[in-house]
Amino acid sequence: MSSLPMNRPTALPGFQESDNTAENPGVRAPLVLNMDRFGQVTRQVCQVAESKKPPFAWYAAFTISLGLVGLLGFCVNYLIFTGVGVWGLNNPVMWAFDITNFVFWVGIGHAGTLISAILFLFRQKWRTGINRFAEAMTIFAVICAGLFPGIHVGRVWLAYWLFPIPNQMDMWPQFRSPLLWDVFAVGTYFTVSFVFWFVGMVPDLATLRDRATGRIQQFAYGLFALGWRGSNRHWHRYERAYLLLAALSTPLVLSVHSVVSFDFAVSQVPGWHTTIFPPYFVAGAIFSGFAMVVTLAVPARQLFGLKDLITLRHLDNMNKIILVTGCMVGYAYSMEFFIAWYSGAMYERFAFINRAFGQYWWAYWIMVSCNVITPQLFWFKSIRTSIPIMFALCLVVNIGMWFERFVIIVTSLANDFLPTSWDFFTPTWVDMGTMLGAFGLFGTLFLLFCRYLPMIAIAEVKATMPQANPHWSGYAAHDDHGHAGGSVKPSFASPDALRSPGSGPDGGPSAP
Amino acid sequence: MTTLSPTTSPVIQGNQIPRKRLYGIMAEFHDPAALMAAADKVRLAGFRWWDCHTPFPVHGLDQAMGIKRTILPLLVFGAGMTGTTIGFCLQAFTNAASFSIWALVWVTGYPFLISGKPLISLPAFIPVMFELTILLSALSAVGIMFLFNGLPRWNHPLLANKRFLRVTDDRFFIVIESRDPRFFASRTEQFLKDLGAKAVEMVEA
Repeated sequence: MSSLPMNRPTALPGFQESDNTAENPGVRAPLVLNMDRFGQVTRQVCQVAESKKPPFAWYAAFTISLGLVGLLGFCVNYLIFTGVGVWGLNNPVMWAFDITNFVFWVGIGHAGTLISAILFLFRQKWRTGINRFAEAMTIFAVICAGLFPGIHVGRVWLAYWLFPIPNQMDMWPQFRSPLLWDVFAVGTYFTVSFVFWFVGMVPDLATLRDRATGRIQQFAYGLFALGWRGSNRHWHRYERAYLLLAALSTPLVLSVHSVVSFDFAVSQVPGWHTTIFPPYFVAGAIFSGFAMVVTLAVPARQLFGLKDLITLRHLDNMNKIILVTGCMVGYAYSMEFFIAWYSGAMYERFAFINRAFGQYWWAYWIMVSCNVITPQLFWFKSIRTSIPIMFALCLVVNIGMWFERFVIIVTSLANDFLPTSWDFFTPTWVDMGTMLGAFGLFGTLFLLFCRYLPMIAIAEVKATMPQANPHWSGYAAHDDHGHAGGSVKPSFASPDALRSPGSGPDGGPSAP
Repeated sequence: MTTLSPTTSPVIQGNQIPRKRLYGIMAEFHDPAALMAAADKVRLAGFRWWDCHTPFPVHGLDQAMGIKRTILPLLVFGAGMTGTTIGFCLQAFTNAASFSIWALVWVTGYPFLISGKPLISLPAFIPVMFELTILLSALSAVGIMFLFNGLPRWNHPLLANKRFLRVTDDRFFIVIESRDPRFFASRTEQFLKDLGAKAVEMVEA
């Protein structure tokens, strides 16, 4: 069949062919560029999984990531067989890299859920270009996060004590502790995120199944597509369930980082015991997560040729969110200082002055400059839409947010109530190796996902195209076929859309 | 209107398939507008065992097909409340009770006295109750959705059809099943052709 009548960006005043970042309130900016047929979207996304060989860069990145996974495996085993003494922990600083990494990775995950759930509830259609791999990022980040509390308990073989499992000692977890809330929060978060991701992927796995030529692909994609056949009676319940999942994930994601912040806020350590922590942690999580999404999206769209689906407008929007959440984080930093002074609590005041000017002053100022100062560049549109600059700025944010968690955890512990017990934390090579290894694990999982699964929500992207709307002007233009058996007058749609059932696509460009 | 093309279809024209072996008749459309207009007429013609198949959810098609709203949210609410209750009972039993119950094995609760707080410290129990509410709601939303949809189902007459492969790509289908009381192979086939379908094809069961 010939192509649909075009509604190309050229037809829209204010948009150029490959730049959809212009703001024109009268026109909805196109989210899919240079494509006007559904089949083009399918091909564009599926070619990544269907190509015989991924690009060379994929192999390079995969080799490095896999090497780091090996390092992680070595470090974790060394830790388990030797004891947590192989880390640089000391008496006041009993949490350091382990919990820093845990909070960092949980935070990374939050952007994925924000994109998939909160932007869905707000009907932000641009989410469809990025939600799938942002959700994948969430899941892999939570896997990395879950690793750290698991191994930092010391006697790893007793980690099952975290769960309320009937046992011969008649012993139960202590449910009044935020650490146990964490187990439930992160466990639920992982499960729900995974289910959300998988449910969203079922129609796209069906697409891959239907296009697959090899037996193995047909079987594997077919198995997980669950026999999806696009029935509208199925879509009806599917959309309800998806909406419910979004509505459930929204409070969930806010609760998860709040509970993580309770690990600190519920204790009495100066610098931790503050009420601002839950919202501050959530904002920081979204901030760091979006930076990670941009960090991943920029190379991925380049490498796999997805620039028409993950457009500059998507990146521009994400950079705006980074700017907003960066300002929130900056507000939280200053408010913490203000409250420390205003509370009149001696230890609290000391904790904050010590953070900025004590033995970890460098960590604090890395944090402030990376999280508050440099993101301000995103006020400029030229910077928000420049690929190299945004990539660099987002890397900087990733670094800054890692340091934020380090600053909160280590500076508060290293100099607590008793000056006689003060100490300085220095990481060992095992600390470093485990941290790098976690990045390797994340990278490995993410690269495998890019290679074998639909990286973009195909069905959802199609639904955001103007052609997906049955009342789109291009469908009403032709009257030359007439319609045959139409003795019954349809009752619901506009007469325009119904004048020519079935005539739609074969005409040329149309006058509305 | 496109007629049946034997090259793309393993099935042959019209009434040659005995009714017993006929799953239904499938009409192909190339755009959502045509599908929706046709769906409206199929509904008005009084068919009950029929369905539209689309690569993405087409908005307004539910009304065109006359699909009733699913009761899924109500069931999910029930599951959520079950989660809340389980969350409370779990914590009250393990941290505040001293009796034994049978749960696969005999288990005994253990009253934890922590810094003089009450045994049933409801505010401290809320996070876990909340998480279990979300967990059960989310799992049941997905589980019940697939259950009602009859999925997973890996073998289906439609999945064996070559033409139908493009339903997950860029084609839109209406399928009227042979078990519909108003189904009559040749007449239904003509009816679908008259709706402006690009192709009409018998689907073998």
